[in-house]
Amino acid sequence: MEIVYVYVKKRSEFGKQCNFTDRQAELNIDIPPNPELAELYVERNPVDTGIQCSTSMSEHEANTERIEMETRGVNHVEGGWPKDVNPLELEQTIRFRKKVEKDENYINAITQLGLIMEHCIKQNNAIDIYQEYFDDEDSVEVTEEAPSAKTINVFRDPQEIKRSATHLSWHPDGSKKLAVAYSCLNFQRAPPGMSHDSYIWDLENPNRPEIALKPSSPVITLEYNPKDSHVLLGGCYNGQIACWDTRKGSMVAELSTIEFSHRDPVYGTIWLQSKTGTECFSASTDGQVMWWDIRKLSEPTEVVIMDITKKEQLDNALGAISLEFEATLPTKFMVGTEQGVVISCNRKAKTSAEKIVCTFSGHHGPVYALQRNPFYPKNFLTVGDWTARIWSEDSRESSIMWTKYHMAYLTDGAWSPVRPAVFFTTKMDGTLDIWDFVFKQCDPALSLKDNGCFVACGSQLGTTTLLEVSSGLCTLQRNEKNIASSIFERETRREKILEARHREMRLKEKGKSDGKEEELREEETAVDLEELVGKAEEEFFDIILSELKKKEAEALRKSKLQQPSLKPEDEAEGEEEMEADDLVEREDQAEEEGGSEETPA
Amino acid sequence: MAEVEETLKRIQNHKGVIGTMVVNAEGIPIRTTLDNSTTVQYAGLLHQLTMKARSTVRDIDPQNDLTFLRIRSKKHEIMVAPDKEYLLIVIQNPCE
Repeated sequence: MEIVYVYVKKRSEFGKQCNFTDRQAELNIDIPPNPELAELYVERNPVDTGIQCSTSMSEHEANTERIEMETRGVNHVEGGWPKDVNPLELEQTIRFRKKVEKDENYINAITQLGLIMEHCIKQNNAIDIYQEYFDDEDSVEVTEEAPSAKTINVFRDPQEIKRSATHLSWHPDGSKKLAVAYSCLNFQRAPPGMSHDSYIWDLENPNRPEIALKPSSPVITLEYNPKDSHVLLGGCYNGQIACWDTRKGSMVAELSTIEFSHRDPVYGTIWLQSKTGTECFSASTDGQVMWWDIRKLSEPTEVVIMDITKKEQLDNALGAISLEFEATLPTKFMVGTEQGVVISCNRKAKTSAEKIVCTFSGHHGPVYALQRNPFYPKNFLTVGDWTARIWSEDSRESSIMWTKYHMAYLTDGAWSPVRPAVFFTTKMDGTLDIWDFVFKQCDPALSLKDNGCFVACGSQLGTTTLLEVSSGLCTLQRNEKNIASSIFERETRREKILEARHREMRLKEKGKSDGKEEELREEETAVDLEELVGKAEEEFFDIILSELKKKEAEALRKSKLQQPSLKPEDEAEGEEEMEADDLVEREDQAEEEGGSEETPA
Repeated sequence: MAEVEETLKRIQNHKGVIGTMVVNAEGIPIRTTLDNSTTVQYAGLLHQLTMKARSTVRDIDPQNDLTFLRIRSKKHEIMVAPDKEYLLIVIQNPCE
């Protein structure tokens, strides 16, 4: 309904000055409330409406432009010399000095000051005021603070076309430098014009990388040589292995020949502990693990095919995604595959078939990370699909500890080099979890979004974040080594027991299928008392149920045929009762047997 | 004159002393056992620090005055004995 007010004005009066007069208020429209309309609505109780009458404000964030900073030093220049003395002239300065020394004030002053100074020097020499009296107590640090981590620096990929940071390697001494490998792992989705460079960052300068490494194909994994910190090894997207020497510049120093390289991107490269410090090995999803000597990269020194059926067939081989090598066990190494199996191999085996020692399966997807515990090399961590698992070499059937299934895919994991019970995992949704299983086993101790204390984390957008982890997570706790080792042992024992049980059960099944039924059953009756009773009960009830069903079926049939004949029914009933009696007898017998067994025990 | 020499020599020969310098109010090193550039650096920086320390002490209590300044760092200890016109600076490695 429109509310309209109409007024009339003569045309000759348009533009005339307005003469306003007051008049009484007039009621134009009166709309009373219509209760029928209220029926269309439901009353809302409670009502949540803001009724504050203040200015509405909004919050905005703005980031200033990043300032490029450079560190420079300034040298002091001598000054303060009086005008007539030229500081560069030795004679003049000497003369001036001699003059000052002759001054009486000078002599008195120095004598005085000398006395005071001597007193303090002697004091210093007498007692060390900062001596540590309670050395032992210091190591007991009760960390009451919650574990935390702080982002120190973020290193962004300076290229315009962003690539993922696929691998990180710390500089072997001092951890002042970080080598990051950038590449695009989506199959053939690397945009044209994407740079192949990978960078070495200096931790102090997040604005610009220190050195750029230029290969012919993007590098997926990068590792510093632990013996020679100038040499880096990289595995390329096209399967070649490349080697750089930072003293020589950013171009590749050595490159393996394409014919003998891998056929797929090289996902893992690790340096070996050798006297020459030039040996390394690499693994790729084409199923091969190759050993190389840096000095001669034209051909690998050795090739092993990851085929679990031990037939050396390349077609059957499992693609390797992660590689692990522990310097303390130089002949063994482990490979994590795309199919979720971890293969443990022995390098020194005589025949190629014996190279593969054993396999551990348990993951549903590719094993993205594989690392031995630096304190207990028998236990290792694998990360793949939605869980992280800890394994012990002794138990081959399953992992000894595992995390629950997460919402997001786990992409990488690593042990803390300082604390044996702490490890880190990263997830596809961008969280970095820190697990401390001495503290809590089912949840991470710390989750974070986006050397001992520093963690570098690479992301898909190409940014690398440097975090400093709180001291609680990076100082060795009292008894931690013992506690961690006891946890490992306990879990391993549990797995062993389970394994033994599984083996037994499998043997039994095998026996059954071979026809040694009765023997086994007799064994069974002798073995478990409760099981025996339970079984007998089950059989009893089963038979009763089946009889009841038979009865029902017959009754139905009879009602359909409408031939009342009591005989078969009675017989059936009689049979059933007799059988029930039999069963009861048998059960009693079993119980008696059990009882007789017990009494001698 | 000889006393000065003797005093400075004695100080320098104490255990742990790395270097000794005498600097005047303008920051000119009068006497030093270290090389020139280091001396100049120490002289300039410590002079300012001593002035600041002295003014702090006197601000808190005008009757008070600075007699000695000791800066202990990870590597060594720097001791400054200030006077109206001169500064005696000694760098010592305290035995630990």
